[in-house]
Amino acid sequence: MSATARDLVPPESRAPSGTPAKRVGSGKVRRLSRRDKVVLSLMVGLPTLIQLVFIWLPTVMSVGLSFTRWNGLALGDIRPAGGDNYQYISQDYPPFWPAIQHNMLWLAFLALVATPLGLLLAVLLDQQIRGSRIYQSIFFTPVMLSLALIGIIWQLFYQRDNGLLNFLLGTSGTPQAVDWFGDSSINIWAAMVAATWRHAGYVMLLYLAGLKGVDPSLKEAAAIDGANAAQTFFRVVFPAMRPINIVIVVITIIESLRAFDVVYVINRGTNGLELLSALVIQNLVGEGQVIGVGSALAVVLLVISLVPIVFYLSRTFGRENRA
Amino acid sequence: MAAHPETSTTAGPARRTFLKTIGVSAAGLAGVPLLAACTGGSGPSAGGSESSGLSFGSGSSDEVPKKAYEAVTDAFTQKTGKTVRTNVVPHNDFQNKINSYLQGSPDDAFTWFAGYRMQFYASKGLLAPVDDVWAKIGGNFSDALKKASTGPDGKMYFVPNYNYPWGFFYRKSVWASKGYEVPETFDALKTLAAKMKADGIIPIGFADKDGWPAMGTFDYINMRLNGYQFHVDLCAHKESWDQKKVTDVFDTWSALLPFQDPAALGQTWQDAARALAAKKTGMYLLGSFVTQQFTDPAVLKDIDFFAFPEIATEGRDAVEAPIDGLLLSTKGGGNAAAHQFMEYIGTPEGQDTYASVDASNIATAKGADTSKFTPLNKKCADTIAQAKSISQFFDRDALPAMANNVMIPALQTFLKNGKMDVKNLEAQAKSLYAAQ
Repeated sequence: MSATARDLVPPESRAPSGTPAKRVGSGKVRRLSRRDKVVLSLMVGLPTLIQLVFIWLPTVMSVGLSFTRWNGLALGDIRPAGGDNYQYISQDYPPFWPAIQHNMLWLAFLALVATPLGLLLAVLLDQQIRGSRIYQSIFFTPVMLSLALIGIIWQLFYQRDNGLLNFLLGTSGTPQAVDWFGDSSINIWAAMVAATWRHAGYVMLLYLAGLKGVDPSLKEAAAIDGANAAQTFFRVVFPAMRPINIVIVVITIIESLRAFDVVYVINRGTNGLELLSALVIQNLVGEGQVIGVGSALAVVLLVISLVPIVFYLSRTFGRENRA
Repeated sequence: MAAHPETSTTAGPARRTFLKTIGVSAAGLAGVPLLAACTGGSGPSAGGSESSGLSFGSGSSDEVPKKAYEAVTDAFTQKTGKTVRTNVVPHNDFQNKINSYLQGSPDDAFTWFAGYRMQFYASKGLLAPVDDVWAKIGGNFSDALKKASTGPDGKMYFVPNYNYPWGFFYRKSVWASKGYEVPETFDALKTLAAKMKADGIIPIGFADKDGWPAMGTFDYINMRLNGYQFHVDLCAHKESWDQKKVTDVFDTWSALLPFQDPAALGQTWQDAARALAAKKTGMYLLGSFVTQQFTDPAVLKDIDFFAFPEIATEGRDAVEAPIDGLLLSTKGGGNAAAHQFMEYIGTPEGQDTYASVDASNIATAKGADTSKFTPLNKKCADTIAQAKSISQFFDRDALPAMANNVMIPALQTFLKNGKMDVKNLEAQAKSLYAAQ
C-alpha cells in the first residue's frame, strides 16, 4: 500500500530538502494551486452531490418515512409511528410473506434455470456455427423490448381462450383450458418462464463476452493434457471466467429482487404474483398510497439487496487491494 | 507532465476553464429534467384571475369520452368566447397521480368522482368550493346528487356530469328461449342460477383480474343486507369490519360463488362482457359501461338490465351509481371562466352535448334530453331516479388504500377459497385509516 502511494508521488517532490516536521507544520509542499483545488473539488463534489441528492437523500428519507404515518399531502401531516409500519407489514398485511416466498422462488428459478440456460446458449453460439450472430440477436432481443410489448407477446402465448399455448395443448376454448394468468398456483411459473426469456438473453451476452476473453492457449493446453470437451469447459474455461461469474451471480440476485415488469403487466402483482417490488409500487405510487407502509416495504427490499451488493463490492475491492 | 510545471501553469487556465464550463453546463443539463419533473406534467395553465379562458385536465382518455368532452369544450367556447385548453391524461395515470397533480400546478377544472375520493381532497383544502355555481344550477339536480356533491364542510365542490347504474345485464333472446324470469329476490336468483347451470351455461359472468369489479358484488350484498348507511359508515371506517354484519355478507356471497364464472381471476371485465355477448354466461353484474363492449348493434339491442334483487328488509332502495363530474382546483377557484365552465356542465344543455357523443351513461341534470334514450338507457335512468340513495362504489366511497391494497387481494382470495378473515380486514383498516 505505502509502496503504491510512494510511486504515485511525483519524483521532484518526493524527497524535498525539508525535514518531515517542517512538512507537517507549514504544509509547504504545494503541489496543487488554488485553481487546481477548485477544479478538483468541483469534479469530485458535483458527482458526490448528485449521488447525495438522488440516491442517498431519498434512501435516508425512505428509511425515515418508514417510521411515520403520512398521507403524502402537507408536510405537517407527518406523524411519528414508531415500528408500527413494520409490525403492520409482517403481521397484518397478507401479501407480504407470499411476496418474500415468491422472490426466493424467483431467485432459485433464475439461478437454476435461466442463468444456466444463458450459459448454455453462450457456449453453443461460441462454437463458430453458421448464423451465430443472427441467433445472438434473436436471443438478445427480449432484453431490449419494452414492458408493454412483453405484456402483449406473452398475452398471445398464455391467453386462456385464444392463446397459443392452450391451442397447442388442444384445450383452447374448453372448460379444461389452463388459466395461465388467473390460476394462482400456475401463474408464478408462467411469469418466471417469461422472465427467463429475458434473463437468459442477458446472461448469454455477458458470457459470450467472457468466453471471447478466455485465452485460447488455455484450451489448447487442456486438450494436449488429454481433457475432453466437458472437462476443458468445467475445469479450465469456467474457472477462468471468474470475474464474469461474479458479475452474473450478482446480476441474477439483483434481477430476482427487482423482478417487477412481468408480474406488473400480468395483473399488477396480485393473486399469486405478489413480489416485494410490486408491493412497494402498490403502496407508494398511485391512489392506494400509504407512504409509511410503502417505505417500510422499500426498506425491507433495500436491506435484502444490500447483501449481494456488499458481497460484490467486497469481492471487487478485495481483489484490487490484493493486487 | 509534472516535470514541466511552467507549461502546465500557462496552459492551465484555458483547459481548466473549459473543464469548469463543461462541469457547470453538465450540472445545468442535469437540472433540466428535474425542473421539468417539478411541473408534474401538466401543461401551461392560465393565471388565477385571468378570465379569457381556462385549462381543463381530463382523465377521460378513452376514445368516446374524450371526443365527448371535446364536444363540450367546443360548445362552451362557441357560447361564451372563452377558450379551453384541455390536457388529456390516460385515466389510470390521472387517478394514480392525483396527489402530486393537485399539489403541483393543476389545471383550473378537472374530471373527478363524487364520494370519499372528492371529500378527502376537499377537506385537505386542495379544491375550490363552487357554491356560486350551485346557486344557479341547484335546481337541475335531485337531492341525492346534491348530497353527493357536498364537501365535508357543507360547501358545494362537485358538479355532476353523468352517472351509470350497476346491475345485472343479460341477453333477452337467451332468457326468452329458455324461459328464464327476472329474479326479484336473492332466493329466486339462486334458483335461476342453478337452472342455468343445469342448462350448461355459466350463470353469472364474472371478471376480477383487475381486482375492482368484485367490489360491486360486495357492495350490493352489503347494502341489501345491512342498508346504505352501513355501507357508508363501513367505507369511512366508522363501523368495524370485525362484526357479524360483515361476516353475513361473505356468508351470503358464498352461496353465489359456485355460480360465478370460475375463470374470473384470469379475465378482465371486457373479456366477461364478450362472454355475455357470446351467450356463454347467463347474466353479468357490472356498471352500464359494459355496453361499450357490445359493438354489434344487434347484440346491443338484445341487452337488458335488472337491479340487484332484494335480500333482507331494505328491498332495492339503494343503487350503486358512481357519479363522474368536474371539480375546481384551488387555483381554478379564482378563475371566473372556470366557474362558468362548471356551470355549463351543470346545465341540461352542457350534458346533452356530452351525451350526444357518449351515450353509454346517464346525464344527471333534470331536463336533459331523454328522447334519444334507448329502452335500456331509459331503464337505467329510471332505476337511478327511483333509488332512495346512491352509493358510489367501494373504491370511491372508501379510503383508496383500503380499496386497492386491502380489499382487492382479500376479495381475490375469497373468490378462490370462499374464506374471509374479517379480523385481519379490521386490523388493516385500523392501521390505514389512522395514517390519513
